[in-house]
Amino acid sequence: MGSNMAECHPVAFQWIVEAQRKGGKLIHVDPRFTRTSAMANLHVPIRAGSDIAFLGGLVHYILEQERYFRDYMVAYTNATTIIDERFLDTEDLDGFFSGWNEESGTYDTSSWQYEGGVIHASAGERGAPRPPADGIIIEGAPPHSDPTLEHPRCVFQLLRRHYSRYTPEMVERVCGVPQHKFLEVAETICDNSNRERTTAFVYAVGWTQHTVGVQFIRTSAIIQLLLGNMGRTGGGVMALRGHANIQGATDIATLFDVLPGYIQVPSVKDSSNLKQFCLDQGGAAGGYWGNLEAYLVSLLKAYWGDRATPDNQFGFDYLHRVTGDHSTYQSTLGMVDGWVKGFVVLGENPAVGSAHGGLHRKALRRLDWLVVRDLYEIETASFWYDSPETQSGEIRAEDVGTEVFFLPAAANAEKNGSFTNTQRLLQWHEQAVEPRGDCRSDLWFTYYLGAKIREKLAASTEARDRALLDLTWDYPLDPKSGDPSAEEVLREISGRGPDGQLLASFGALRADGSTSSGCWIYCGAFAGGQNLTNRKRPGQEQSWVAPEWGWAWPLNRRVLYNRASADPEGKPWSERKRFVYWDEAQGKWVGPDVPDFPGDRRPDYQPPPGATAENALSGDRPFIMQADGVGWLFAPSGVVDGPFPTHYEPQESPVRNLLYEQERNPARQVFRRRDNPYNPTAGEPGSERFPFVMSTYRLTEHHTAGGMTRFLSRLSQLQPEMFCEVSPELAQERGLRPGGWATISTERSVIEARVLVTARLPVLRLGDRVVHQVGLPYHWGSRGLSTGDSANDLFPLVLDHNVHIQETKAATCDIQPGRRPRVASR
Amino acid sequence: MKAERPSGGERQMVPSGKPRSYYGLPIVKRPAWTWEVPWYLFTGGTAGGLAAVSILARWTGEAKLGRRARRLALAGAVISPVLLISDLGRPERFLNMLRVFRPTSPMSLGSWTLAGFGSSLGAAEMADIVGLPNVVVGTLEGTAGILGPILANYTAVLLGDTANPIWRGGRTILPFVFSGSSMAAAGASLCVAGPTDEGVAARRMVVLGTIIEQASFLLMEQRLGPLAEPYHDGAAGRLVKLHRASSLAGATLISTLGGRSRKAAILGGALTLAGSAALRQCVYRAGFQSAADPRYLVDSQRGAATDPGDGNGSVT
Amino acid sequence: MTAAPTARRPAVSLPMWQGGGTRMGFFTDSSICIGCKACEVACKEWNGVPDIDTGFTGNSYDNTSSVGANSWRHVAFVERQRPDTGDGVQWLMNSDVCKHCTRAACLDVCPTGAIFRSEFGTVVVQDDICNGCGYCVVACPFGVLERREAPDGRAFKCTLCYDRLQVGDEPACAKACPTQSIQFGPLEELRERAEKRLEEVKQEPRYAGARLYGDSKDDGVGGFGAFFLLLDDPEVYGLPPKPVYRRTDLALLWGAASVAASVLTLGVLGSLSWRRR
Ligand SMILES: Nc1nc2c(c(=O)[nH]1)N[C@H]1C(S)=C(S)[C@@H](COP(=O)(O)OP(=O)(O)OC[C@H]3O[C@@H](n4cnc5c(=O)[nH]c(N)nc54)[C@H](O)[C@@H]3O)O[C@H]1N2
Ligand SMILES: Nc1nc2c(c(=O)[nH]1)N[C@H]1C(S)=C(S)[C@@H](COP(=O)(O)OP(=O)(O)OC[C@H]3O[C@@H](n4cnc5c(=O)[nH]c(N)nc54)[C@H](O)[C@@H]3O)O[C@H]1N2
Ligand code: SF4
Ligand code: SF4
Ligand code: SF4
Ligand code: SF4
Ligand code: SF4
Ligand SMILES: [Mo]
Repeated sequence: MGSNMAECHPVAFQWIVEAQRKGGKLIHVDPRFTRTSAMANLHVPIRAGSDIAFLGGLVHYILEQERYFRDYMVAYTNATTIIDERFLDTEDLDGFFSGWNEESGTYDTSSWQYEGGVIHASAGERGAPRPPADGIIIEGAPPHSDPTLEHPRCVFQLLRRHYSRYTPEMVERVCGVPQHKFLEVAETICDNSNRERTTAFVYAVGWTQHTVGVQFIRTSAIIQLLLGNMGRTGGGVMALRGHANIQGATDIATLFDVLPGYIQVPSVKDSSNLKQFCLDQGGAAGGYWGNLEAYLVSLLKAYWGDRATPDNQFGFDYLHRVTGDHSTYQSTLGMVDGWVKGFVVLGENPAVGSAHGGLHRKALRRLDWLVVRDLYEIETASFWYDSPETQSGEIRAEDVGTEVFFLPAAANAEKNGSFTNTQRLLQWHEQAVEPRGDCRSDLWFTYYLGAKIREKLAASTEARDRALLDLTWDYPLDPKSGDPSAEEVLREISGRGPDGQLLASFGALRADGSTSSGCWIYCGAFAGGQNLTNRKRPGQEQSWVAPEWGWAWPLNRRVLYNRASADPEGKPWSERKRFVYWDEAQGKWVGPDVPDFPGDRRPDYQPPPGATAENALSGDRPFIMQADGVGWLFAPSGVVDGPFPTHYEPQESPVRNLLYEQERNPARQVFRRRDNPYNPTAGEPGSERFPFVMSTYRLTEHHTAGGMTRFLSRLSQLQPEMFCEVSPELAQERGLRPGGWATISTERSVIEARVLVTARLPVLRLGDRVVHQVGLPYHWGSRGLSTGDSANDLFPLVLDHNVHIQETKAATCDIQPGRRPRVASR
Repeated sequence: MKAERPSGGERQMVPSGKPRSYYGLPIVKRPAWTWEVPWYLFTGGTAGGLAAVSILARWTGEAKLGRRARRLALAGAVISPVLLISDLGRPERFLNMLRVFRPTSPMSLGSWTLAGFGSSLGAAEMADIVGLPNVVVGTLEGTAGILGPILANYTAVLLGDTANPIWRGGRTILPFVFSGSSMAAAGASLCVAGPTDEGVAARRMVVLGTIIEQASFLLMEQRLGPLAEPYHDGAAGRLVKLHRASSLAGATLISTLGGRSRKAAILGGALTLAGSAALRQCVYRAGFQSAADPRYLVDSQRGAATDPGDGNGSVT
Repeated sequence: MTAAPTARRPAVSLPMWQGGGTRMGFFTDSSICIGCKACEVACKEWNGVPDIDTGFTGNSYDNTSSVGANSWRHVAFVERQRPDTGDGVQWLMNSDVCKHCTRAACLDVCPTGAIFRSEFGTVVVQDDICNGCGYCVVACPFGVLERREAPDGRAFKCTLCYDRLQVGDEPACAKACPTQSIQFGPLEELRERAEKRLEEVKQEPRYAGARLYGDSKDDGVGGFGAFFLLLDDPEVYGLPPKPVYRRTDLALLWGAASVAASVLTLGVLGSLSWRRR
């Protein structure tokens, strides 16, 4: 769901094809009939943005038909946990949870806590919004729980109540999915989820790019926990990550608020005491985050080496402090508003790829300077003389004051390095050709930029410059190209012990400064001095888990939380599904994969009083990153918009929320400003002007904002022009001619596209309402060989507050035959 | 390089009914030849007919007619390769045709035939001019006379031995159409070129040739059934009309007034020649039309089972 | 070791493949083609095929339209109603290519000998010998061969990566195919595999129309060296339903031509001799 795997991940899709040949079934729930649907055993068209209603319907079905995997659920999830009596559900407050603060537009999550204490999430907004620190749950089972599942405030009962109205009829009316189809999906999934069988959910950005994106994913996690599909082979919730190395980029931290290995960047509100920070963030005990200090100190040692000492808290204060939301769209608005003056763009094309392209280009025009490092002179670099605004005459190149530096980058085949793929698998690649001309790798650029800055600051005595000057900035350089050694960088990331030897496991990391590791989850990638990411033993020559192909973080583990593949006593749930299990004779966990559990921890282990971190979890708690060691059906923290996923309409929707009075996610991130107008949504005056749902997506033939494909003739010829997809019915209604032109408009902008009339774009029937959809690939811009208008020009800025992702999968628009006006009206 | 945009783009997306096709796009390729080719079919065919006249007239003792026929044939034999070379683009490419002898390729055989035909005719002419003995001239002329009728209709084999539905469908009859037309054209060119009183044989050839040509064309159309549609539609259809009108008018004029009036003979001859040229043009053009619409190919291969209107089907 | 030419061997036997080495070919299984076009692109890259731009066609996701001189593989996208339930769409994809026919019309008709049968049983055009006569273009029953107008009108098609086979590598398109929809190997083996696969595919109600196309030695061209598993009639993929090419037809044709030539000769003779009487 929410992924077009065959088109966007064709290479990974071969495994789906193989599974199907072995009898596996593929269900594709997607607003469009795509190349994935073509391969699927069942395609279920759904209205974009309505997945929580659909998935909530599944939860309802599983609970009401008692199809959950009871033994698993009771033991491995927080179903039994009792929640604070102050907690009120959206059923009580018609679309709100308790704790809503209208003024700040955020929730106070204190009433969402477990009865008996406060708990921290293992990921997400771990610290903020910060609950009052009235204690942290640690020891063993949470204090208040009811294994009979009958307590009215236990998570199980709350969950039932929360989804009680998500019936098949409701699914049909909200999602446009006929009941029989929905029930077919529900039965197939439930029949395939038990001791003997597992079901996987696969998603990508069809789920994330919504104002409720994180909650889409949460709902599937709830389903998987109820059905016992987590931590087991063939189960899980699989995110298909985007760019080839986007997983690596996330791990090593490209976001403003995380450090490598998902350690939070301290905020200005945080204590400047390292120990206290680690206590606040990691929790005093319960789960592996209890070792945060060891991970963080090792990171600081990797950054600052000998200059990181106990005396200066290993350089903790060299780290920057977050002052607020500095996510990408905030920065864009900062440029528009003039408080961001310079911008360095590496490997990104926001003028095309980011929502509200017009606003982005306006932002770029307000800059003093801009650096773009890319393979081609993309739209983000050419905005000042080649953009919709210059073409329409609205902007003249002479009037743009931004100084643009374009630096040519070397592409992946022109450099060594590793990619971390969607399965957390690091794979090393060797340079195939020398980069041409002045093209240089990003590593080269970053290294020499750092070297230059340090050179300029060398004489500085300012305290603020110490962070830069004290950095370890010494890598062996290739004598010919001057490139720093990528392997050496990986060694540094993997980590070293006291005598400089390469570490084998993050378990060896220490908080005393004796170890260093640039990213604790990558620790061991270079164990024993061997680049484990460069292993390429063929699958046929090793076990089916293929541990000797590349290296997966953490510790080359291929299935996370695989302790859950055995029952609480450590026995496999079934012979067929035997994976990682307890071997009493050997006194350890065994199986074809690396156990995701302390290796010799007995299943009947009970933590002694005062135990911390993983030692504070009993031997039957598989989710070892969680403070309570279980999977969360109810999320007391970590998500800013509710402990249970709740159906809300997108910012712009042609229909009203049938479930709650509250139409949209109250905690979504909106920007009400004149240059970011929203279309009136259902129920607001003027909404009839934008009667259609529009959604954006990708094609196999192009890549994202086009920099890597629109300049290549072979790919351009396969999809030579921007187009839109409409159903024959909509084409008829609006007089759109196949192969002709259409103009699509929103409050932000007007674009044109060639028309592809196709029955693959279904007309959705919601009760007696008919909803037409307009499908828009978002790859195009004005540069390159294959050109066209950018779909992103149509979209507003409105974000999921958890992760600051834009809603580009569901919005409203109008479509008319013919080309857009050539000169934009101002 | 911008290729032609397929017309499928303007079609309704989900046409139903049969025969089915891929967006109405062609299945076999249309011919890659250029305008010279149908003219070559005409010049080669006419020259072939004339060469037969030249040697047969020698036997029947009409030396003057024979020589005229030979000279006219020679003109055709000179123009033909020029046309082919122009189609191929470069002279040495024609020589490449003679690189191998390929019995399975009508084009290979045809090239050798044309080469043999042209050289024997040329040699015969030279021999005649130089005054070599009659045997020599006669042998050379005879060679050309045997190759001539082959030259006149190997092109029908060439077209028939393709995947083109209309050519392939008419493949056993087309040689007769071409033969008849060559005969008529040979006669007609003699009518135009020579004095009326000498032209009895020529006039008979026109009439007989036209009858063979028209009758076998009709037969071919009938055999082709629905596949013959291109002969009624579009450019090919117009050329068929032109061909019939000119050929019939030419033959009529020649058979009625051709023996008395030189003007009538010239006009009738010209009409017949035009008709013969139009025949090659229409056959050639029909090949394009037949290849362009996959219906013909699918129909021809599926037979009646997929007649239009059958089934509710679907969909490309 | 395969594809013994059919019983009636034509009198003239020219480079028609008769065994020798192991005949290599393709089995393209359209039931697992995901339409990614990697094959199309890999082929163009490996073989340095010139760029084409056919523009936006509006025909589903197909903008290259057919196999031709500049697209030796071509992926067809067929949108149709789902046949078993009648509700909803089905989207079939298939990567078309030269069939490397057992009886190859192109090879037989080429007057220059530019086309030959390789030691792998494949049909290859030598572009340095081709003179652009265009005969193969009209002869191929599948519309595969095409002339490349620029620069000089010579004909091009899939070589079954002759250069790669010679060094023991598999063809570029097969290598690039992520789902193994394109399977390369000894033809006989592929045929067996295809039979099995067909049984598998037919189990699915929506694929009841599955069939092999070009696997049989008895079909109109003596079997393809590159055959297919299709899920619907060939014509909906732009393929001829019952392609024929029989060299024996040629005898018939020459027979007709000889009679017609005699008619011409006799007609002329008759016209001439009447006068005498
Ligand atoms: N060829 C190719 N491959 C790519 C990329 C590319 O551009 N081209 N990009 C890469 C990147 S960066 C990424 S992030 C991934 C993205 O991979 P995907 O997420 O698979 O890509 P999209 O096409 O954006 O969207 C997926 C599907 O979500 C559907 N969808 C939209 N809204 C909804 C909804 O509300 N609910 C449901 N259930 N489905 C919805 C769309 O119709 C679409 O089919 O692909 C990566 N791979
Ligand atoms: N409407 C809409 N908008 C979307 C999405 C959507 O589905 N719908 N998807 C979103 C998603 S998931 C993503 S990931 C973004 C992608 O959007 P962007 O990241 O803005 O777009 P890309 O085209 O992937 O930009 C990558 C650039 O990096 C360059 N590049 C490649 N290799 C290198 C290298 O080694 N070094 C350097 N310096 N440059 C290199 C490429 O030429 C290319 O221009 O788009 C987002 N925007
Ligand atoms: S482009 Fe690269 S990452 Fe994407 S599917 Fe192909 S091989 Fe995988
Ligand atoms: S498909 Fe056409 S080009 Fe290929 S071998 Fe057969 S006849 Fe020749
Ligand atoms: S175009 Fe070339 S390959 Fe084709 S038949 Fe003519 S010479 Fe042979
Ligand atoms: S075998 Fe080689 S030449 Fe033929 S289509 Fe595949 S890649 Fe192209
Ligand atoms: S590479 Fe394979 S899956 Fe992709 S289009 Fe070609 S045949 Fe189909
Ligand atoms: Mo992405």
